[in-house]
Amino acid sequence: MLTTGFIMLSGGLLDPNPGLIFWTTVTFLIVLFILKKFTWGPMLNALEEREKGIQDSIDRAQTAKEEAEEVLRKNSELLAKADAEAEKIVREGKEYGDKLRADITEKAHAEATRMIATAKEEIEQEKRRALTELRTEVADLAVKGAEKIIMANLDAAKQKNIIDSMIKDLSENRN
Amino acid sequence: MKRFSAFRAGEFARIAILIIPLLFGIGTIARAASSDAGHGEESAGDVIMHHILDSNKMEFDPFGSFALPKLVIGGFDLSITKHVVFMWLAAIILLAVFLYVGNYYKTIGSRKAPGGVANVMEAIVQFIRLDVAKSNIGEGYERHMPYLLTVFVFILVLNLLGLIPYGASATGNINVTLTLSVFTFFITQVAAVKAHGIKGYLAHLTAGTHPALWIIMIPIEFIGLFTKPIALTIRLFANMTAGHIVILSLIFISFILKSFIVAVFVSVPFSVIIYLLEIFIAFLQAFIFTMLSALFIGLASSHDESHEPEAAH
Repeated sequence: MLTTGFIMLSGGLLDPNPGLIFWTTVTFLIVLFILKKFTWGPMLNALEEREKGIQDSIDRAQTAKEEAEEVLRKNSELLAKADAEAEKIVREGKEYGDKLRADITEKAHAEATRMIATAKEEIEQEKRRALTELRTEVADLAVKGAEKIIMANLDAAKQKNIIDSMIKDLSENRN
Repeated sequence: MKRFSAFRAGEFARIAILIIPLLFGIGTIARAASSDAGHGEESAGDVIMHHILDSNKMEFDPFGSFALPKLVIGGFDLSITKHVVFMWLAAIILLAVFLYVGNYYKTIGSRKAPGGVANVMEAIVQFIRLDVAKSNIGEGYERHMPYLLTVFVFILVLNLLGLIPYGASATGNINVTLTLSVFTFFITQVAAVKAHGIKGYLAHLTAGTHPALWIIMIPIEFIGLFTKPIALTIRLFANMTAGHIVILSLIFISFILKSFIVAVFVSVPFSVIIYLLEIFIAFLQAFIFTMLSALFIGLASSHDESHEPEAAH
């Protein structure tokens, strides 16, 4: 009735059985060798290869990413360089333009100044020439007037005074 | 009124007799029930032991039974017994499944994802490979993979065969578990000798202590070598046997008490629960055996030899 007691007494559970040990060994070893040859080998190889393949893919992706980053970096560098170049060119152009404009303006200014000066000088010369002419003319007229006065009045000294004062007046008036 | 209850009782008994063997693979119950009614002189203990122990007969109650051949070679009894038959059945199942899977892997190569049965088996193989072998053995674990995988699936199928109708689990026999543990023992020793050399292996038996202590240490270490496989043996054997004894005992409560109420409210529901637990234990024990084998191999071949091996004792 008491199961546990029966088990203890019977001793059947712990009986050694060489036949069973023998068959266990044989069966297990056969299964082990067949499975090792036909299943575990291919399976473990496949698993390892797949792991390697995945690792390779990851590595390749990493390399590709690094390369792409490198290219991107180079591109942005080039772009920055091109930007700087363009800016430089624009700045230089502007500077050149400014300088050119300043030059031209200055030159024009100088030219104008020069022309004005020339014109002034010319005017001055003309005026002087005209004055000289006028003086000559006035002198002639005076001479002619004097001739006439001389012809009419022989008081030479008196007349000379008159002429002198007249010339003086003329020269004062001119200014 | 009395006739009605008798009719009900007969009905219950018949249902129980039909269902229980189907559910638990315990053909002996039917025999016990009928013999209980017939001569009534077979104790529950007898029936339980009959179910647990090895025998020379394959029984398919109530359809009958046949005797297995007796074989005695050179004074050794090499008879084909019930447990041998179930071991061969397990071997056939394993070979059928895994030869198919192995062939599948040969055809698909490594670049394609596996499907179906191969996928399930791959999950198991990966589990053993990474979580059992690689993490416990470490470097050089590949050499031990075939053994660990085979021992895992072999024990698992043997455990599960005990749970099908008319089945018996050979892992509930101490001779079988002892043999498997001896394999682990030899592999462990070979791994230890390979890792440390004969000199290192013998030095390890002194546990690195002062020579004055050797007279104590060497016997202790020597016994320590054998405790590991013995623990493996007893653990698997006791777990599988205990599960079966619990299920059978629960069922026999109703026969002993001759109560259908007990049968309906105690025996059957509790046996179902234990049965489900047994399915889990079948996997768990196969895993533990493999895990501990891997652990022992790992400890034996570990190069950090001063402290690690002690942890296992």
